[in-house]
Amino acid sequence: MTQRATAGPAKGWEYVIGLEVHTELKTRSKLFCGCPNAFGEEPNTSICPVCLGLPGSLPVMNAQAVDFAIRVGLALNATVQRSQFHRKNYFYPDMPKDYQISQYDVPINANGYLELPSGRVIGIERAHLEEDTGKLVHRGGHGRIESAAYSLIDYNRSGVPLLEIVSAPDIRDPEEAKEYVTELRAILVAVGASDGRMEEGSLRVDANVSVRPIGEATFRTRVEIKNLNSLRSLVRALTFEGHRQVQLYENGEAMIQQTRFWDEERSLTGALRLKEEANDYRYFPEPDLPPVAPDVELIEERRTELPELPSARRGSIAMILPELSADLRETIIADACWPYFRSAVDAGITPARAAARCANELTALLPDIGVLAPERFVEVLAIEDRGDLGASQVKILLREAASDPTPVKELVTKLGFTARDEDAMKAMVEEVVIRFPDEWGRYLGGDEKVAGFLLGQVMRQHGRQISGAGARQALLALADEARSGAE
Amino acid sequence: MNDEILDWGIAELHRRLEAREVSTVEVIDAYQEQIEIQEPEIGAFLTLDLDAARSTATAQDTRRSRGETLGRMAGVPVALKDNLCTTAFPTTAASRILEGWIPPYNATVVDRLADQDGIVLGKTNLDEFAMGSSTENSAYKITKNPYDLERVPGGSSGGSAAAVASRMALVGLGSDTGGSIRQPAALTGIVGFKPTYGRVSRYGLLAFASSLDQIGPLTASVEDAALVAECIMGHDPRDATSLQEASPLLLGALTEGVRGIRVGIVTNLVEIASPSIQAALLRAADALAQAGALISEISIDELAFGLAAYYVVAPAEASSNLARYDGVRYGLREPGATVEEMMIATRTKGFGPEVKRRIMLGTYALSAGYYDAFYVTAQRVRSLVRSAFDRAYESVDLLLTPTSPTTAFRIGERSADPVEMYRSDICTIPSNLSGDPALSVPAGADPDGLPIGVQLLGPPRSEQLLFRGAYAVEEGLR
Repeated sequence: MTQRATAGPAKGWEYVIGLEVHTELKTRSKLFCGCPNAFGEEPNTSICPVCLGLPGSLPVMNAQAVDFAIRVGLALNATVQRSQFHRKNYFYPDMPKDYQISQYDVPINANGYLELPSGRVIGIERAHLEEDTGKLVHRGGHGRIESAAYSLIDYNRSGVPLLEIVSAPDIRDPEEAKEYVTELRAILVAVGASDGRMEEGSLRVDANVSVRPIGEATFRTRVEIKNLNSLRSLVRALTFEGHRQVQLYENGEAMIQQTRFWDEERSLTGALRLKEEANDYRYFPEPDLPPVAPDVELIEERRTELPELPSARRGSIAMILPELSADLRETIIADACWPYFRSAVDAGITPARAAARCANELTALLPDIGVLAPERFVEVLAIEDRGDLGASQVKILLREAASDPTPVKELVTKLGFTARDEDAMKAMVEEVVIRFPDEWGRYLGGDEKVAGFLLGQVMRQHGRQISGAGARQALLALADEARSGAE
Repeated sequence: MNDEILDWGIAELHRRLEAREVSTVEVIDAYQEQIEIQEPEIGAFLTLDLDAARSTATAQDTRRSRGETLGRMAGVPVALKDNLCTTAFPTTAASRILEGWIPPYNATVVDRLADQDGIVLGKTNLDEFAMGSSTENSAYKITKNPYDLERVPGGSSGGSAAAVASRMALVGLGSDTGGSIRQPAALTGIVGFKPTYGRVSRYGLLAFASSLDQIGPLTASVEDAALVAECIMGHDPRDATSLQEASPLLLGALTEGVRGIRVGIVTNLVEIASPSIQAALLRAADALAQAGALISEISIDELAFGLAAYYVVAPAEASSNLARYDGVRYGLREPGATVEEMMIATRTKGFGPEVKRRIMLGTYALSAGYYDAFYVTAQRVRSLVRSAFDRAYESVDLLLTPTSPTTAFRIGERSADPVEMYRSDICTIPSNLSGDPALSVPAGADPDGLPIGVQLLGPPRSEQLLFRGAYAVEEGLR
């Protein structure tokens, strides 16, 4: 395990953090019924007797959810096993059956790990399937249930499949927690199990955090912080909580195990009412669902189908471009960017150029990528690689190639870039040479520095329409001719 | 004419309808007349809609006159236990907490009966949420035994049993979690059948104990039970515990007889029954022997532990299944200052004492620190019962037991002593724990004229053999 310079909550202290990440699986239908798994519908329109938990209704397992869970398990190096559903019993108005169908002692995925970009390895204890609850909106008061005048319930989310991924308490500081969630999110998106949208609630994080003096081997009392819905909240809440705990210890006060919430506006964590955590969930095997026993063939099939995961992408980059900065590397291995880089490198484009164009121009274009498919991107880069167009032209061409579906070759013509042949280019250089005879003489005499001035004049005259590399070629050719003519 | 109509079984009714000797409307009229006479005394129904039944009947007569082929249950008046979801009737499970609730969907069995043109007359009374053995735990009314109005019809499917026994319906559907079809069938002198777990879809059955509940028919004859069973059995994709295989054909097998079939009398269950029931059981065994079955005696001591295991497993599952009745979405809602107070007030007012007792028993059995001692131990006993049956079925094909240790008891007689009430189900509970099929068939009456039922048990998915045995008993005792 790679060591890492961690930032403790105070001098001589370190964090011990374990994360529970809930991700909504992007199945077509809900976990136990045929209702569409959709976001943003009118409240209570995507519902049926099953996800409303009406008397007499029964759950039926969604095979696609199991499939997604297996893919995530494999991507997290976990053991995929025969699993059992349990009922987690507690009363809450957003939960139509007043129990949640979840997995308890035999989750579908167990004992995996995730390698962070830093090289640190975080254990994954389990990744299990469960159903989501409905959504409560409290009106009046402080937006919390106890002070609300009334509450509204939207059951569209009820029964949406969730995968709860529980890490070991291996995370050692808030930034590392952020790194873990970012990496996990990338994996979930890469295997197609989740859209990874934190802002839409398709990724929700609960954090277990304690602190201890560096060197202490045992864990101290932990606090669970619920519903951290952005990376910013995650880092801030953990930092606040770490400081709070250290202060308690240093003041000799008692630390109690409790569940707290993060108040983003006031930038602090607060305790939830004791009542809410005194739950005995009375887990017992769900009698309505037989165990989920994925067969070995399916698991192996899914294993071979796994896409290239972020850690493997990092490995490829380390081979091709060992000098690349970590920032650029992370930009390039991002899910949206990676297929472009991979295609470019596979097509023989200079890796450094592919990396630069991916990290800069492509990334800028990604939010509105239009018709710029990876093949088209590679086509443009190939022109640059051949020296047919200059960098500034390629940047324009990429932008145009995204919004204008014209074939790249025609697009080049349309933009008036290289329709010019070598002779035309030579003529343009010749014009300049004639206007600056002194400089031309010095250049012929071997003063390479003047080349820049001369080419600059050419560019100034003809602007971005011509390729800098092409102009240089023409200049060299003219010089050769002049020298051989002089002999 | 009307009395004659009430005597017909399904096959006879079908034949008469096909021959135009009677119209479907006349059939419904006959049952309506019977209901008008009997129902005020018996109190079997919670809701009735005879106008709807008659218009369905009219439609069927029209279809028949156009030459259409109607379903296997055409013209058959059906009574549904009120824990089966119906869009046409409120579904209350005889609880205040669901008073007036009309489900937006039909239970699978209700749809299957409708597909076969069965005509639903109404919904029948039960012990609240099927928790009981006398139908006294209904929040709405007490149903009387047609053979003695001072006595209970058994339970929890007492309404369906009393309706069929008093000829207010030709077919009743019930649910059986610990004997709730078979025990009332025995106490009212009719046939009651609990299929193998998973044979009939539970979709739309208000769950009591999900791993034990099965829906089945209550009918006047073994033949009718076979026909109804054939209509409602079969895989349902909406129930994940539903068996995937094709269902057995029962009607055709009835007359295959029992020659050479080995039947074991379960002596330790016979010993606890009253003398007249013991005698009736021996008559039934004799009828089987006359038909060529090989009778032996067998003691299966583990079955006696079933009762205790059942009263852990069933309340445990019930405590969870009944959590959803919280006043938030449907049914009763009592006011409360907070959500929590509203839920507590609703459940306090909405549930009756027996339901509350079982919710508390089950909650306790699943609680941290008690789970292993109660729930896990009970599951172990359940496996013990399963393996005891497996061992028994190595030497016999079917088992014969009393259905109930006693005939119908007096209303109020066991109300004060829940454990005494629970003992009513000692012979029926083991088949729910094992998931095996079981059937109660009438076997005469005691000196007071109260009906006696005997029970045939078979290994998993042995419905065909079970019905052959039941038919032989019925024929032999006729």
